[in-house]
Parts: sequence; C-alpha cells; structure tokens
Amino acid sequence: MKKSPSLLQIQRAVAGAVMQPLTRNSGMKSRDEVGHSMRKLAGEIMKPNDRLTSFERLEIYNRQYWFRVLDSLYEDFPGLRSVVGESRYQRLARAYLEKYPSRSFTLRNLGSRMGKFLKEEPRWAGSRQEVALDMVSLEWAAIEVFDSMFFPPLTPGEIQLLAKKKTRMALQPCVKLIELNYPLDEYLIACKEGKALRLVASNAVRGDKKRKAVVIIPRLTKKKIFLVVHQFENSVYYKRLSPEQFAILKGIEKGFPLGKACLQAVPKAKKSPEAWAEDIQQWFGLWAQLGWFCKRGTT
Amino acid sequence: MPGNPFNAFTDYGVGIGLRLPHYRHIFEKKPVVDWFEIISENFMVDGGRPLYVLDKILEQYRVVQHGVSMYFGSAEPLNRTHLKKLKNLVKRTKTPWLSDHLCWGSVDGTYTHDLLPMPYTFEAVRKTAQKIREVRDFLEIPIAVENVSSYTEYHASEMTEWEFLTEVVEGADCGILLDVNNIYVSSKNHGFNPYDYLDNIPRHRVAQMHIAGHSKFEKYILDTHDHPVLDPVWKLYAHAIKQVGRTATLLEWDDRIPTFEEVHREALKANRFLPSSNI
Repeated sequence: MKKSPSLLQIQRAVAGAVMQPLTRNSGMKSRDEVGHSMRKLAGEIMKPNDRLTSFERLEIYNRQYWFRVLDSLYEDFPGLRSVVGESRYQRLARAYLEKYPSRSFTLRNLGSRMGKFLKEEPRWAGSRQEVALDMVSLEWAAIEVFDSMFFPPLTPGEIQLLAKKKTRMALQPCVKLIELNYPLDEYLIACKEGKALRLVASNAVRGDKKRKAVVIIPRLTKKKIFLVVHQFENSVYYKRLSPEQFAILKGIEKGFPLGKACLQAVPKAKKSPEAWAEDIQQWFGLWAQLGWFCKRGTT
Repeated sequence: MPGNPFNAFTDYGVGIGLRLPHYRHIFEKKPVVDWFEIISENFMVDGGRPLYVLDKILEQYRVVQHGVSMYFGSAEPLNRTHLKKLKNLVKRTKTPWLSDHLCWGSVDGTYTHDLLPMPYTFEAVRKTAQKIREVRDFLEIPIAVENVSSYTEYHASEMTEWEFLTEVVEGADCGILLDVNNIYVSSKNHGFNPYDYLDNIPRHRVAQMHIAGHSKFEKYILDTHDHPVLDPVWKLYAHAIKQVGRTATLLEWDDRIPTFEEVHREALKANRFLPSSNI
C-alpha cells in the first residue's frame, strides 16, 4: 500500500503548483518548469468533483495567488509602472514575483527586493533601467516611511546641548535620505494623486481586475537631486536638500557627532565659517521643527 | 451570563470590519457601532498613519483582532517575529479574543498570502492544535479559529471538514469563529449539507460568527465578500444562532465596499436573529 504523503509534502507540492506562473490566458500551465505534468500532480493530490477536474480545482488557487500578489505590487509601484510603461511593468512584475516570492507574513514587504531585482536583471526595465531604479528607491522609501516609528523628537535646545557635549543623536526611523539621478519627486506625487492605500482584506478572493491606464512620462533630463523622505503628522512628504544639507544628515545617520557631521559636509572654500554656521543653525531649526532627530539608542 | 469560557463576550453584538474607505465617515460622524474587527496585519507596524488611526478608533470603539497570516495549519514552525509584533498589537488594542484561520499558506518560509485548505488528516490535527496552543500561550488571550471557504479537497483527507474542525479545537482547547458564509460556499463546492456541518461541531466553542456575501460562477462559488449576505446564508446563520445562542457577529465586506451606512445596515440585519443580551 502506498504511504500517504506527509502534511509538509502535500504543502510543498501544492504551494509549488499554486505559485507556478500562469499561462497568457491566466490559466494553470499544463507542465511545471521541469516538465512534470500538472494534471498528474493535481490528480494525485486533489479530488475532482462532478463539475471540476482536479486540475481545474487547483487552478482556482493558482489564479488567485497571482491576482493577489500582482494586485498588491501594482498598488505599491505606481511610479515604476509609469516609468517603464504598463505592458512592460506587467511582465516585470511577474518576473520579479517568480524570482522573489514573498518571504514575509505581510504583503507590505512584497516589493522590498524590487531594487535588487532590477539591478540583477536590467532587461525588464528596458532602456529605462536607471530611472526605474531611482523610482523604486523613492517608492520603497515612501513605503518604509509611511508606517515607521516616530520617536519623541529632540527640541532645538536639546540639539544644542548635544552639540556642546559632543554627543551623538539619531535620525528618526521615519526619515530616509536618498540620492537620485533624476528629479522624480514631483513626478511621483503626480502619479500618486488619487491613489488609495493598500490594506489587506480578510479571506476575500481577488478578481482579475482591469488596470487603470497609466501615462508614460516624457524623457526625463538627468539631474542629481538629494532628497529626504519623511513623515510629518502621519503623512509622507518629500523634501529636496542641498548637497551640504544632505551630507550633514548623512553624517548624523552614520553616527557622527554633530560637529563632525557638519565639518565633513561643508566645503570651506565656498563660504566663510561664520556664514556656514548661520546657515546650519537655520537648517537645524527647521529640521528640529519637522521632528527629524531623536536620541541615539531610541532607534 | 455566558454559559461557557469560549463565548464570554455576549455583550458584543453586531460589528463590522474597519475598512479604509470608511475612516473619514467614522471620524466625522462617530456612528454607534458595537465593535470593529481589524485585520491584525494592517496594524502590525511600528508607527505612522496606521497606528494613529487605530489609536483614534480605540478611543471610542471596542476592537477585536482578526488575522490572515498566522497559518495555524502550516507544517513549518511559527514565525517568532510575527508573534512578537502581534503581541505588541494585542497589548495596544486589548482585544478580548483573537481569531485567525484554520488553514495554511506558507511553506519553507515562502508565503502565498492565501488561505489554503487543510488536508483533513490526523497528522494535521495534531500539528495544528499544537500551534494554536503555542500561540495562545504566547499571546495570553483566547484564540478562535475560523473555518475557511474552499474550492478543492484532498485525497489524503481522513475525515470531514467539520470533524477536522472539531478535532482541532478540542485538541487545542480553543474557540471557533464560525463563518456561515464559508460553510455555505464550501457546501456548494463540495456537495455536502451545510446543516450537517452546523449540527456536528462543538457549539459551546463558538466564540464569534462571520457573515458575508459571495459570488456564483458556472461551476463553483467564490467567497468574494463583495455583496450583501444572501438568503441561504441568513438561514444558516439563523440555524446556528438557535444552537449557539447570542454570539458576537461580524459582517465582512472587503471588496467593492459601499458606504458605511450600507455596510452597517446590512450587518445590523443580524439582530433579527440574535436573542437579546443577557448581560
């Protein structure tokens, strides 16, 4: 008598089938990637009923898997969709999810390896790989900032005191610094207008929804920008920085004491130390108002 | 007073799911709602708007947590990071009980994000009950497991779905979140009598009920949560309530979500079947 498969064996076989890429018509493939018959596999694991074969019953889950994960990723990367174009995005998203299926209990993290994927496999972004990589950095930073912790911020007085004591402070976890080769901040804001936030629903099956058309942007002119993506009053904002401002904040992020963070960031030839000091004081006043700093160790 | 430890919250009447399109209405109009069910995973984050919204809701409403990714039935061990985040949320919401599904969805650390049906085997009973116990002991609150809707059955199954559910909840000594819509959907997809299901589960363990709408296709029914509750499901609900008594009930409406008033009105239809509170 044939021994029954274990729970783990059944789950491995079903998960493999469910996560297998769909055909062009959103059906289950007849063979898996190494050529095994999916009808045979389905027949061995699943019972048919009076209306559906084993294959068709398994196919329901195969379809639902792809509709669910593609839907989730679609919501996360409106900018990337626009940059590479809708049809290329569809192929890219499938390839990404084939290579990097979810390793997290939450769909929030589904796109966490998109940047890595585009670096490894530039062909999926076509001629727009560089812009696509920038856009993914920006979109992923926004996702991370959206639900990151906001610790009690340091006041300007506390910052001054830390500076005198040469003690380090930290950037809030909901403050991310990114360097882009293209000015994509305003473009992404436009992309996101009217976009609903993604939430997981309970136990509900996803349909193969029609996608909204996205507008492909005209050629972007390459121009380096320094950006902070930050949370303020529970919303995500983008703010452009000068190279010096960016370098100071990077220094703080690296754990430099305030004085060192400032000294390594400002080119002495450009302005007098007094002029820099005045600027820096003004910048920190604004950044403190925005609540970007917290005590080191709280993060 | 409640007659058993699994249904200790009979003062929780009819709730609805907390869904994003309704936030503005809830904050502006402050409607009277018995309780909100939240999807735990949407709030298992470190900060930002999700927790801000949750805290505002908690100021005025009772909240019960419902999860979609614990995967009690997955053969792999529990995810400790998940559990720790969940416990933080439990402390924040003070949920009186916590529910998740009697299903699996991950294997070898890869997640399908689906609620996949269990093979109804004795091995699965043992492993699933053990994991439910572990979760309950870690979170230190009552657990209720929800029967899922399904579209397939396994050759390996050694019992019916309701026998499996019974074995698991007895083995884990936990409650049941009885989803009557899921029973209806599965009964049509697998050809069993849904009343056999209701009549053969340990009714004293039913801690909460779910009602929802579904969609009919030519050869099967899908659990889509995008419609009002259909008559056969209300009939099942009425039958179940007669058996289990007053039980916290929740309407699920997760797709093509109409106005708050429409969802709430649909949920409150459950009051026609609920005996009055005995608290």
